[in-house]
Amino acid sequence: MKLLLENAHIEGIRNYDIYRKYGGYRAVEKALKLTPDEVVEEVKKSGLRGRGGAGFPTGMKWSFLAKPEGVPRHLVCNADESEPGTFKDRYLMEFLPHLLIEGLIVSSYALGSNLTFIYIRGEYAWIVDILEQAIAEAKSKGWLGKNILGTGFDCEIFVQRGAGAYICGEETALIESLEGKRGNPRIKPPFPAVQGLWMRPTVVNNVETIAAVVPIINLSGEEYAKIGVGRSTGTKLISACGNINKPGIYEITMTESVEEFIYSDEYCGGIPKGKRLKACIPGGSSVPIVPANLLFKTAKGETRYMNYESLSDGGFATGTMMGSGGFIVFDEDQCIVRHTWTLARFYAHESCGQCSPCREGTGWMYRILKNLEHGKGKMSDIDLLWDVQRKIEGNTICPLGDAAAWPVAAAIRHFRDEFEWHITHADEAQKRNFGLAHYADPRPVSAS
Amino acid sequence: MSDTPKFKVTIDNITVEVPAGTTILNAARLIGGDVTPPAMCYYSKLENSGGKCRTCLVEVSKGSEKDPRPMPKLVASCRTTVMDGMEVKNITSERVIDARKGVVEFLLINHPLDCPVCDQAGECDLQDLSYEHGSEQSRLDFPKRTFEPEDIGPNIQLHMNRCIMCYRCVFTAEQLTQRREHGVLERGWDSQISTYLNKALDNEFIGNIIDVCPVGALTDKTFRFKQRVWFTKPMDAHRDCPTCSGKVRLWFRGEEVFRVTGRKDKWGEVEEFICNTCRFDKKRASDWVIEGPTKVNRHSVISQNHYRGAVEAQKDLIREIIGKEPKMLLDIHTISDVNRPEIHLSEIHGPSHSNDFLPNQQLEGQRKLEVGKK
Ligand SMILES: Cc1cc2nc3c(=O)[nH]c(=O)nc-3n(C[C@H](O)[C@H](O)[C@H](O)COP(=O)(O)O)c2cc1C
Ligand code: SF4
Ligand code: SF4
Ligand code: FES
Repeated sequence: MKLLLENAHIEGIRNYDIYRKYGGYRAVEKALKLTPDEVVEEVKKSGLRGRGGAGFPTGMKWSFLAKPEGVPRHLVCNADESEPGTFKDRYLMEFLPHLLIEGLIVSSYALGSNLTFIYIRGEYAWIVDILEQAIAEAKSKGWLGKNILGTGFDCEIFVQRGAGAYICGEETALIESLEGKRGNPRIKPPFPAVQGLWMRPTVVNNVETIAAVVPIINLSGEEYAKIGVGRSTGTKLISACGNINKPGIYEITMTESVEEFIYSDEYCGGIPKGKRLKACIPGGSSVPIVPANLLFKTAKGETRYMNYESLSDGGFATGTMMGSGGFIVFDEDQCIVRHTWTLARFYAHESCGQCSPCREGTGWMYRILKNLEHGKGKMSDIDLLWDVQRKIEGNTICPLGDAAAWPVAAAIRHFRDEFEWHITHADEAQKRNFGLAHYADPRPVSAS
Repeated sequence: MSDTPKFKVTIDNITVEVPAGTTILNAARLIGGDVTPPAMCYYSKLENSGGKCRTCLVEVSKGSEKDPRPMPKLVASCRTTVMDGMEVKNITSERVIDARKGVVEFLLINHPLDCPVCDQAGECDLQDLSYEHGSEQSRLDFPKRTFEPEDIGPNIQLHMNRCIMCYRCVFTAEQLTQRREHGVLERGWDSQISTYLNKALDNEFIGNIIDVCPVGALTDKTFRFKQRVWFTKPMDAHRDCPTCSGKVRLWFRGEEVFRVTGRKDKWGEVEEFICNTCRFDKKRASDWVIEGPTKVNRHSVISQNHYRGAVEAQKDLIREIIGKEPKMLLDIHTISDVNRPEIHLSEIHGPSHSNDFLPNQQLEGQRKLEVGKK
């Protein structure tokens, strides 16, 4: 079942007329007949959880927004999408720009934002044009601007390009950057819901979260909540990549098993060249990597499904997280040490440098891992690495510190022998740039 | 502010009553002593300061009377306000001690440990901090990051290698001088304090960035290398200054004034910011009305004032005074006579050691030994 990508393949859907012909902007018509609080109520009922990574219930977030008399409020759409492995927002904005604009109008109405921003990753330069064209079209048709549909609600949307920093996806860094400052995360509290953009109450939401508001209004919150399972309601976009036959964007109802997602032809289509599965990062680079033997079945032996609860079953010891839906698959030829080093390099490069554990710790981990990968490691480095990540996690200003620590922790937790092998067999590790392949793939070799 | 409600907060089993809105750190400072977390970036006179260094992390074991749940993560005490009935653990929490040790290690891994040639030695917060909370040895065996020293303005030198990115100087420049020429470049491991494109900071109050700097990253060029801090004697003095309060501290050796700074309180914060004229230009005792010797009650090296003339190893003395083995950074005392600016400390890989500062012949021998080992 598709709610977001239903019309993605219709030719010309990027243009207003076609989008409207296929039912576009119905959600605005419907929502503007309700009171803003009623719209918030629908979103609450839908059970929608933030798609930016943390999975915080959107309706609840909206109801926390402070509403002091006479102070403007803002909605900011987080389109900074820079997490390695995550590229779903790009697809939505590139092919269905009006879906985002429609969602933004409804959400702005619900939150009382007359001035709404899309903060977009700087590298998505061409998408800025697409969005600005969609905004211009919507405005010329009366969906934006003054007194929308005669309701007295005014709304303008502006697109602001980032300058190439992953940290500017963190909501308070994003706000700083939007204000024209260096993108350092703020120290919370105060939370953006109380003092955000220009110290005004602000909601920051992911692109996909905002887009999902459209089907929620069209279907009603209650109907939307029936899709999915448990507290994972609605549909979720997964950007799948790595060693799979069909990388791309998939919309799932969160009832699919992980095994089905990787091997069925409807989704990833299995692993190329008959290789075996080694590990997977199911939610973007920040979430813990899981070895194959814990991927299809949880530690309790239950089937693991593609939803918030099931993926995190077992906590960090044996589980992982849904995250932002960046699904990265590793086959037996991939080296976990090398991969962990690559991620460590990313986080060291992207740390804003404000707080000492992250500034120093990410750079330190990167250097230790570089040595390990290049056959210059010592056995004690593994424990040191573990200790460094442990001292970063939870002790920083923003979650980037955690995001840098978790992948390292998970790699050591599940693949310690591979790290050791890099030390004991330094030369071999140099020559064939991959690690061990003995992680039990629960499927027989011939099945893929 | 008599109508501000009072909150009871218990820190390491000691209860105080403070006005609502007080931070845990400031409540702890009311109690004083070991209960007070160390603070390397917070500065009560600077808005928005704090939250960055993470040395002041504490455990909140009870959120408040109303909501007694503990906070899951350690919190920065300088930026967390107390709630009524809150219970906080600082030195009584193993988690805190462990995390703080980590933070100190992080702050030190790229720090040159060149205390012997650093002007801040003896009055350095990082030196004190590592003495109290650090470990004996660094586990970093990579080259440290290095920068060239940079003159910012005629009177101030920036030694970025020693910076701990506390942002105090940035806030000072921003809030005291209303100009923002001085900020942070780059990110993460490479981030650095800079005046963009070497613009000199020539504001009347910019000298205060030297006083707020907790380490020897910003130093007074009119004082640099002239004297070791612990050979000088602080005196409180004032003058009738048209620009600032004129209340300063003079640092004497004999009859000579070597340095003028703001007056620091027991938390290492200046009481009042002073102007550049007082700081850099008024260096004769006759410029000032001397009030008398400064009462220093900080637990630092200068406070002891036993160091006049101390040249040889004084480890025993230190142990006696502070009651502990000196750790890594305090090695300065065995070598305080060797001011050797020609040794570029940032080029010493790994933690530097007193051997690195031995007189030349000895050093040669030492190097040979090391080469021989390999
Ligand atoms: C380092 C870092 C980077 C982030 N990058 C993004 C991002 O690119 N896009 C995004 O939507 N959320 C990102 N987030 C999460 C945001 O802080 C925020 O939680 C999210 O935008 C909230 O939207 P949601 O409730 O709709 O998920 C990032 C968080 C961190 C800590
Ligand atoms: S955790 Fe890292 S990215 Fe976040 S504020 Fe601290 S230094 Fe910056
Ligand atoms: S130069 Fe000094 S005051 Fe400025 S950030 Fe560095 S350590 Fe802090
Ligand atoms: S003093 Fe609190 S974080 Fe630095």
